Amino acid sequence: MAEPATVGIVTPTVYVHNCPFTLQCGATFATYELVYETYGRLNEAKSNAVLICHALSGHHHAAGLHAEDDPKPGWWDACIGPNKPIDTNQFFVVSLNNLGGCHGSTGPLSVDPTTNEAYGPSFPNVVVKDWVQSQAHLADHLGIEKFAAIIGGSLGGMQALQWSIDFPDRLHTAVLIASAAKLTAQNIAFNEIARQAITSDPEFHDGHYKRLGVNPDLGLMLARMIGHVTYLSDDGMRSKFGREVKSGDIGTGADVEFQVESYLHHQGRSFSRKFDANTYILMTRALDYYDPARDSDHDLVAALRAVQAKFLVVSFTSDWRFSVERSKEIVDALIAARKNVACAVIESEHGHDSFLLPLPRYNDVLRSFLTRLHSDLDHGADLDHEG
Amino acid sequence: MRADLDVIAGLINPGARVLDLGCGEGELLAHLQETKSVNGYGLDVDENNIRICLDKGVNVIEQDLDDGLENFESHSFDMVVMTETLQSVKAPDRLLLDMLRIGQECVVTFPNFGHWRCRTQLVLGHMPIANHLPHAWYDTPNIHLCTFRDFEKLCTELDLKIIQRRVVNHKHAENPWMLRWPNMFGTFAFYRLGRA
Repeated sequence: MAEPATVGIVTPTVYVHNCPFTLQCGATFATYELVYETYGRLNEAKSNAVLICHALSGHHHAAGLHAEDDPKPGWWDACIGPNKPIDTNQFFVVSLNNLGGCHGSTGPLSVDPTTNEAYGPSFPNVVVKDWVQSQAHLADHLGIEKFAAIIGGSLGGMQALQWSIDFPDRLHTAVLIASAAKLTAQNIAFNEIARQAITSDPEFHDGHYKRLGVNPDLGLMLARMIGHVTYLSDDGMRSKFGREVKSGDIGTGADVEFQVESYLHHQGRSFSRKFDANTYILMTRALDYYDPARDSDHDLVAALRAVQAKFLVVSFTSDWRFSVERSKEIVDALIAARKNVACAVIESEHGHDSFLLPLPRYNDVLRSFLTRLHSDLDHGADLDHEG
Repeated sequence: MRADLDVIAGLINPGARVLDLGCGEGELLAHLQETKSVNGYGLDVDENNIRICLDKGVNVIEQDLDDGLENFESHSFDMVVMTETLQSVKAPDRLLLDMLRIGQECVVTFPNFGHWRCRTQLVLGHMPIANHLPHAWYDTPNIHLCTFRDFEKLCTELDLKIIQRRVVNHKHAENPWMLRWPNMFGTFAFYRLGRA
């Protein structure tokens, strides 16, 4: 097998949607923008496109570097590239920053044309269905009628699931990784603690911090620290940090900082510099509210009736934020609805974070599924038959 | 394709719903998906098997049979298949009942512990090793071996209807000896079961 490589230097593009777009909440954008990147080449038949849906704190920069001296590649560089599981020699990969984001797409930091001020906390409520609709606008713009695959981890998996329900004939396959059809009470609780950390920061000012030239750094930092603990597992943290002390003397108790503390401080601080608090609140709410069965009398099987896509559902043993059981619920509902689905449970001690890591078996599973998909597309196989 | 799988494939109608417990490399399901457009799912726990199933485009579900099949609705499949797996599960009796709760019919195949080679070795004081039972006692995955007669007794106790029985050798072929004395000369049995 050829060596995995990088997609190299990539440059984001901005798509401007110039028609009014009404959200589920009733608010309308006269126009909006999505920033996105693409990797690989769209074939002539435009049949090899893969959409990457990002998770809670994600964005469009999934693979490659923005400049030669970039210290870090895109957030899913482990998985996307030539000869990587999502192989850019085979697929044309599209990755965007969702509406409401803070990395270039229209979001709380953008200027509201009706007031000529940043939206801030008045940015309308965006839900997963809106993201899917706006991603469909982007697909139209790129001339992609049907995606070969729509892939997402965590909140991204919810978008892939919603795609299969809202646009059944616009995707061949959906890959849901460490995801859930809806959050549990415990999961919502963690999101609420994170939101409270932000909104109770004195610098939050009811979301108008930008107008005052300040930022709720401490709140964001705390929110991220809580998040990070829940994205890892007890065993994972033990083997990553143990009780190792980074500085100070534990004997005298003077200025002690454990490695784990230092890690959380660093992650929290860098997040507070990069991420907008209003976006964080908006995205956690979208995560909390998501439930595709709500319109089907809470019957997920009924919600999936019209689905045509074939599914791959992957979960990780130590993930307690999006546990194996949540993935199994999706798989069971798909089987009951007579849809094509495969599922793998990957042994990992890295908790929810596993989905971002280059774990050998996880990569093999993705690679096998996508290689088979690519050869089916090549042979023009009828992938759309119902079960 | 393995001869026993060929026989099973012959029992399945086009477009049927098929569940294959311990589906291995997905040979049966890949064949059925291709030739009969069945809506089939295979359960397995072996990483390598799962990868091979994905390569073949088989709907493979990573699930341990010992954890039960409660996630499958009653009467939701036409056929539930389990080939050469019965002898290695924790609770074969419960699993059989579950198979017929889920499926209209089921097919079970397993190796015969009553084969004359096994009997001879036991008489000589050894745990049997044969073509169809190649493992030593200390490393065998087979924890619930039985003879054909034992299996049929269990079916009676569980009130399961035997629709068809086929006894073959380790090459999955039939011969006159095993037709006359199946429990002595048959190596593998194939049972097609239904609800009584």
